[in-house]
Amino acid sequence: MNAGVGTELPQLSIEITPTFVVSTAIATRDFQDVHHDRDAAVARGSKDIFVNILTDTGLVQRFVTDWAGPEALIRSIRIRLGVPCYAYDTLTFTGRVTGRDGADADIAVTGTGGLGDHVSGTVRVTLPGGPA
Amino acid sequence: MRGIEEAAKHIAAQGESRARLARDPVNQAMVNNWVEALGDGNPAYTDPEFARGSVHGGLVAPPAMAQVWTMNGLHGTRADDDPLGAMMSVLDEAGYTSVVATDSEQTYHRYLRHGEHVAASTRLEGVVGPKRTALGEGWFVTTRTTWSVAGEPVAEMMFRVLKFRPAGEPAPAPDPAAVLRPVISRDTEFFWAGTRVGELRIQRWGGGTLRHPPGPVAPNGDLAAKPDHVVANGTGTVYSYVVHHHPKVPGKRPPFVVALVELDEGVRMLGELLDAGPEDVYIGLPVEVSFVRVDDELTLPAWKVRS
Repeated sequence: MNAGVGTELPQLSIEITPTFVVSTAIATRDFQDVHHDRDAAVARGSKDIFVNILTDTGLVQRFVTDWAGPEALIRSIRIRLGVPCYAYDTLTFTGRVTGRDGADADIAVTGTGGLGDHVSGTVRVTLPGGPA
Repeated sequence: MRGIEEAAKHIAAQGESRARLARDPVNQAMVNNWVEALGDGNPAYTDPEFARGSVHGGLVAPPAMAQVWTMNGLHGTRADDDPLGAMMSVLDEAGYTSVVATDSEQTYHRYLRHGEHVAASTRLEGVVGPKRTALGEGWFVTTRTTWSVAGEPVAEMMFRVLKFRPAGEPAPAPDPAAVLRPVISRDTEFFWAGTRVGELRIQRWGGGTLRHPPGPVAPNGDLAAKPDHVVANGTGTVYSYVVHHHPKVPGKRPPFVVALVELDEGVRMLGELLDAGPEDVYIGLPVEVSFVRVDDELTLPAWKVRS
């Protein structure tokens, strides 16, 4: 797959509905109340329920494999969280190939919401079809 | 701060927790729930025919689900030896009651297949703080988890959380002026007047009888007697002691040692032992008085190890 350093990944935008926040929290078996109970989230100083970190890892993976295809092999996902991503936000992922080593590529990924950068990180993936 | 750092050192020294099995083996139902919620259409996770012809040769679980398999779940409890749980308790005690994940670095050695039963073991890697953050003052707690199947490591993770005190809540740091103040009565006023000027005063009744704590009536019951005092030379030995852990005491960070000291003059007197921790104190330890000035009104007597 032709993906030299500098290649931009197609953007991915996700509507962060309350249903999305809740269903992803439960699908990742994270029952912390701040991910499904708005009253509890507000009482803890948040504006609303917000996306959990296991979902961020999953979304970053999905963003990369949506582009690289189902034959790509995810080797590592490193993420750092910035501002929270609350219900009713829109999260937009952008990414760029920052390094190549044979079939392996490093992809820098950023997920940005209404408050700013929510998640940023690097994914190492083995691209299908051997060295580019 | 020292209490938190020492607890962290202790927990880290315990090393890796025992491997804890996931509730369920890797299975299609949980994968389906996950891909539906996240909107991930990768057919390697859901389409057996595609998966068979793919690089995987069969259905696999999304690598990013590694952590999902071993989550504690709705009614789950942390393992007794879980270092993250232990560190969270220490920080809760210190007033850092809220938590937010900040970093996750997962490395996947291979993809998981249905039926594989993953186990996780975790060690505490480091605790750094206190740091000022946008959320409030807090400590960064870093753990490292290894997932394995029948002893074979399949994935690893560095996980970092910020355990913080929400901005606006009162600081837990000891405020030296926030100590529990003694009730000063006519019978004890001389004692506290003494500590203010660096004297450890002992009540004395007729015939040279010393008494501490001071009382209103002579030990022999003579209602006409009036006490005066002597100034102790301020040295003695630990007669007994307690290590205070709970409840919280204003101005103090537990654990701390409160010693009952037998003074050379023969009376026993309570005070905090300032410079010997729970591991260092013993009965018979030679100590001397040290005056801890709180403010213009109050100076507390305390003890220091006599060299």
